[in-house]
Amino acid sequence: MKIAYYPGCTLNTVAKGFDTSARESAVLLGFELKELNQWNCCGAAFPLTPDNVIGLTAPTKVLVNARKEGDTVTTLCSVCYNVLKRTNKVVRDDKEKRGVVNSFIEEEYDGGLNVIHFLEVLRDKVGFEKVKGAVKRSLKGVKAGAYYGCMLLRPFEDIGIDKAEGPTIFEDLLKALGCETVEFPNKIECCGAHLAMGNEAVVTKLSGNVLNSAKNRGAEIIVTSCPLCQYNLENSQKKLAEGSGNLQMPILYFTQLLGLALGQDEGSLGLEKNLFDVRPMLKVRGI
Amino acid sequence: MQIKLTKENLHSEFVKLIERISGEELANCYQCGNCTGGCPVSYAMDFGPREIIRLLQLGQEDTVKNSNSMWLCVGCLQCYCRCPKGVSAAKILEALRQITLRKGEDHEQIKEIPFPFMKNAPQQAIVCGFRKFVS
Repeated sequence: MKIAYYPGCTLNTVAKGFDTSARESAVLLGFELKELNQWNCCGAAFPLTPDNVIGLTAPTKVLVNARKEGDTVTTLCSVCYNVLKRTNKVVRDDKEKRGVVNSFIEEEYDGGLNVIHFLEVLRDKVGFEKVKGAVKRSLKGVKAGAYYGCMLLRPFEDIGIDKAEGPTIFEDLLKALGCETVEFPNKIECCGAHLAMGNEAVVTKLSGNVLNSAKNRGAEIIVTSCPLCQYNLENSQKKLAEGSGNLQMPILYFTQLLGLALGQDEGSLGLEKNLFDVRPMLKVRGI
Repeated sequence: MQIKLTKENLHSEFVKLIERISGEELANCYQCGNCTGGCPVSYAMDFGPREIIRLLQLGQEDTVKNSNSMWLCVGCLQCYCRCPKGVSAAKILEALRQITLRKGEDHEQIKEIPFPFMKNAPQQAIVCGFRKFVS
């Protein structure tokens, strides 16, 4: 099985480990993530105001390139997923906007693509049971808080990967890898996102709420699918440590854990890039 | 806070512009406050999303424009997901940002953004930040 794959800007640079761990996990599960021959930035924000059609052009160009390679495209970053999936829906359902966008980028795209997140590939195309069967190095006993954030879930009627409130897709995967999942109140709350540009205090507060909420419920690590959440949750710990809260909470991409559990070579997981290294804790556990 | 209601305020061009850009009808909001209840940044806002909508319903252009609320909204869409009337406060706050940005008035000055952020932050944060804060 080959699936067209859109990495997006961040996975090509600062979140390289997210990309390589997913590609190698796919191989270990018997399929290939085939990077699009040509792609550009998705725009990193779905245009919220309906009159902002120009914001749809960049993601539509990505979709056009993906359509050349099949009927399905997958992505790892929550924001890319949100932007591509919502843009695809607008182009498919809104004839007027479809016409404007197509004439601007000189393409004839009809929204016929299926945009899915890598978590959906694992759940719906591979199956979590099969993932469980492929585990070579169980993460037994690791208490993991699955952090969804915003863009993987909302708005429900456009995204629909799981329930908008009380989703479990992340936990289901982590349980298949052997983890003990920790339910915490802030798992679908915002980390502060792009307010990292210019408003560090708010990001520290919001990310601090997420971190403390998970920590208080016993989480030893937090797992995410968004490079911006990963950055904010790590970075805010530096600020929190200046006060009283030295949390030392490792923040991992779900594919890093997946790769670990599937027996992937550690060199391609990018664990050394994480601010707080998870490996000493795993060693203590004999993992 | 004293609010002066006039016919001009209630039917102002500014309020019509907000409705046109956001695609939201302000009168649909019946002020239950679920949006502010779920908003992660309302604690730092001069006016939470419910109050912003109320002020706009009452045509209080200057009060809304001079508040920090629009620049704090992260667009996490919790307000919209929990609104029983399907109103998106996030779209209304985005419309407020757009009105400023479309005039060429930047909220963040690019040259003042700290170098460590530009060097270390994920690209998506920089692209998204520019789209939300820079014209």
